[in-house]
Amino acid sequence: MRKFAIWPIAASVLVILPFVFDSGTSLTKMSLMCIMAVFALSYNMLLGQTGMLSFGHAVYYGLAGFLAIHAMQVFGGSASSIPLVMIPLFGALTGLTFALIFGWVSTKRAGTAFAMISLGLGELVAASSLIMRSFFGGEEGVSSDRSKLYMWLGLDFGAQIQVYYLIAAWTFIAVAAMFAITHTPFGRMANAVRENPERAEFVGYSTQMIRFISFCLAGAFAGIAGALAAINFEIMNALSVSGAQSGAVLLMTYIGGVGHFLGPILGAILITALQISLSDYTGAWMLYFGLMFILVVMYVPGGLAGLIMVHEPVWRTGLLHRLVPSYLLLAVPALICLSGAVGVIELAHHALVKAASEGPQMLLFGLGFSSRAWLPWLCAIALFALGAALCRVVWPKVKEAWSEVHKQMKQALV
Amino acid sequence: MLELILFSSLNGVLYGMLLFMMAGGLTLIFSMMGVLNFAHASFYMLGAYFGFEIARHLGFWPGLVLAPVIVGLVGALVERYGLRQVHKHGHVAELLFTFGLAFVIEELVQMIWGKLPVDYRVPEALDFVAFTMFGTTYPAYKVFMLGIAILMFLSLLWVLTKTRVGLIIQASLSHPQMVAMLGHNVPRVFMMVFGGGCMLAGLAGVIAGPALVTQPSMAALLGPILFVVVVLGGLGSLTGAFIASLLIGLVQTFAVAVNLSLSDLLHFISFDPNAGSVLADLWRVTVAQIAPVIPYLLLILILILRPTGLMGNRES
Repeated sequence: MRKFAIWPIAASVLVILPFVFDSGTSLTKMSLMCIMAVFALSYNMLLGQTGMLSFGHAVYYGLAGFLAIHAMQVFGGSASSIPLVMIPLFGALTGLTFALIFGWVSTKRAGTAFAMISLGLGELVAASSLIMRSFFGGEEGVSSDRSKLYMWLGLDFGAQIQVYYLIAAWTFIAVAAMFAITHTPFGRMANAVRENPERAEFVGYSTQMIRFISFCLAGAFAGIAGALAAINFEIMNALSVSGAQSGAVLLMTYIGGVGHFLGPILGAILITALQISLSDYTGAWMLYFGLMFILVVMYVPGGLAGLIMVHEPVWRTGLLHRLVPSYLLLAVPALICLSGAVGVIELAHHALVKAASEGPQMLLFGLGFSSRAWLPWLCAIALFALGAALCRVVWPKVKEAWSEVHKQMKQALV
Repeated sequence: MLELILFSSLNGVLYGMLLFMMAGGLTLIFSMMGVLNFAHASFYMLGAYFGFEIARHLGFWPGLVLAPVIVGLVGALVERYGLRQVHKHGHVAELLFTFGLAFVIEELVQMIWGKLPVDYRVPEALDFVAFTMFGTTYPAYKVFMLGIAILMFLSLLWVLTKTRVGLIIQASLSHPQMVAMLGHNVPRVFMMVFGGGCMLAGLAGVIAGPALVTQPSMAALLGPILFVVVVLGGLGSLTGAFIASLLIGLVQTFAVAVNLSLSDLLHFISFDPNAGSVLADLWRVTVAQIAPVIPYLLLILILILRPTGLMGNRES
């Protein structure tokens, strides 16, 4: 039964969170994190579980969001008895329907061709969203009022707290369902298609069919996320079906880690938090995202979850403390390198973008200086170079600690 | 009508050749390394911006030569220190690396040159009317662009089929291990091809920059079309990429010139669709308006009819 203990814990965390973080902004933040977690998990059904790289997953999220908004408008004024809590079902159906149509075309191919087709389909829908103005509402989008729907249990969903619980409940259901799917025979076959499509064919399964089913399920869950977004924002615009949104979910999922079920959730929480807070501090936050993504792809292909999971067996054998000193040693040059990089980016951003309007004076790490002077630039570059060089010196120590730990773990096994 | 057909074909061929300058490099890189370079259109954008910056200080002509070379060098560096590191993690990681790169390049360009279009002008030496036909003028710069594009196409053909370098490249496409056995440095060949492909994209950027608009979104606007071309032609087929480039170029140019909508057509067969419905937009939209969508529709059509693309023979 220990296997299932995580679910009640997760549910109670979702219930308790608003009591801990009870301000309006944190409620909005948490709602958004839940939505993005569902969206990223649905994306990982493709990328992580079945090995299909899609550049157009926002299509199902966005279209479902638009349909949910229209459904809210239709059911809002009338005497129908469809409550707001049922709207995500419409989203799931919309996502599923469009995934059935587009998936039939695109899952004929795998690999790079599939990626390009998904990109083409994404662009097709994004371009159509600008043409079909009466459905997509043009630049200003379509808005609706969630509190006008049929009152269910006396809830009008005017307050954010009620909306949060609605979103959290649906998130819980969707996450549990997606987790359950990974443990069905179908989920296992999807993994087989990812690992070795040829053998999957030999076992007697049609890889195209498996890809198609995965695609449809992913579309349906993305639809739930889209409908939740529609409920949360009460507005949808063409940006939600755009390539930028598809790119964002890919970034989240990959940074979180595609190899583990929890990875996309971690990624969604981290990226959403950063998106909201980082944009307050710096104008170059998109650049930081891009660089972070490249670094993850280059050095940590398992993502955050992968990074955490390699420590799990070490932790089990009680050897984690052996790694701590080398990690602390690495942290110092890593921080120096990071502050240097941040310095260079901020200086460049200030000198190129802000200096024209605000003058050359800027504030960074509590220090005031001119972004046109050479000294701050020299300091930042020197910090970066020094940090990078020290990292290279310290890295063998970390490796050494790891091999030591591996040796001990092997001995413990024998 | 004749005037429309003539000018549209001329512009269509020009646009198609421009597309091929990029799609050709993209296809070569794909056949060689198995990775579709997502940042290819970003190198095209870099070419335009570098060309603009050099033109501002030294004039257009030095920019025409220097900017592609710089872009090619940047590309070679990216391959050497980026892609080659990622290679061990597989093709998905490589594709994602270039995806991230495209993202970063767009942000950097926005940071350095601003979000608004820059004033990249046609050089004065080429700022005249080449010929007038049916009362419509045709600018000399477009003729120049067409000339450059054809010149580049011929030289690429020559290098690939008639020179030793081309021989080694073609051999490394299909038998990289054998080429390595013969003593050639295959990773260096890869780096050269990647740099060369980026250089061609950069050249396309330099000559397209003054004619189109040089702005940070130019990569994002062109990138998806480029992938349509490559998939449409058949992944890995240079001939296919060439045909698909011209096809997309012509189709898009002609579509812009046609001001006909579905409801006009339906009127013609005396059928009046319900004007008040949600789909009313769909009936009223003209062919010119859906021109940006047509390549994607073509892509879907070809995938249903011929999943490997026009000239392709490999599955993925």
